[in-house]
Amino acid sequence: MALDQSFVGRTYPPTAPYEVGREKIREFAEAVGEANPVYTDPEAAKAFGHSDVIAPPTFVFSITFRAAGQVVEDPQLGLDYSRVVHGDQKFAYSRPVRAGDRLTVTSTIEAIKSLAGNDILDIRGEVRDEAGEHVVTAWTKLVARAAEEA
Amino acid sequence: MTAKIAYDDVEVGTELPAQTFPVTRATLVRYAGASGDFNPIHWNEKFAKEVGLPDVIAHGMFTMAEAARVVTDWLGDPGAVVEYGVRFTKPVVVPNDDQGALIEVSGKVAAKLDDRTVRVDLTAMSAGQKVLGMSRAVVRLA
Repeated sequence: MALDQSFVGRTYPPTAPYEVGREKIREFAEAVGEANPVYTDPEAAKAFGHSDVIAPPTFVFSITFRAAGQVVEDPQLGLDYSRVVHGDQKFAYSRPVRAGDRLTVTSTIEAIKSLAGNDILDIRGEVRDEAGEHVVTAWTKLVARAAEEA
Repeated sequence: MTAKIAYDDVEVGTELPAQTFPVTRATLVRYAGASGDFNPIHWNEKFAKEVGLPDVIAHGMFTMAEAARVVTDWLGDPGAVVEYGVRFTKPVVVPNDDQGALIEVSGKVAAKLDDRTVRVDLTAMSAGQKVLGMSRAVVRLA
């Protein structure tokens, strides 16, 4: 069933702050095989002008995708999450995420399309720090595949 | 934000050093824990096959993270990444053996933009198939 177009433009309340920890960044960097010390050594990060270790570029997805759960699980929208695959992902950075950040995410439904029975949902997540400054915007395209004929 | 590559030293067509990233089931379990994405298609073969996949597949965001390394290793400072986007075109299938799968990533400068930025286009292949499409990063050079 096609999703309700009237949800386009809907913005959800900002999430509670996510506090970015050095050890969480280290865990993520190790999980993707990163050896760059800018992710684990504050001194190496300072040499590049960062006040603390920074996170790999895709780290923030864990935070924005959790925030997108507000949209995905909105019973009024009625998305069938069991059929959802990740279509596209994009980030635009004002600065890298770094240890000590307390980040909030505001999610907005940018577009809803129906294509060959698939529901396509574009969600924008604006990530801001404690001072309200923009850090990164994440665009996530989710595709709910058409239900198979019974 | 101090990339070790100078804007004036690159041209359209400049190639970034290519890299190959191995991915095994253990890699995926570790990534699931670090990222918080515990979707069973990334670790449970029975479940993956039940939903029509050939086998366990890698997290798309894992592949996106690996592809980024070709850019960030070239830059030195990952803080110089201004934009990064991909389309997930094919899954990276990860068999339950000692080998796992390989993700081969190459990149080249596709355009020189304003404000000392360039666009890098990436190609990511696994088992002879293109696993990412429209994989592009905009980065600020020194």
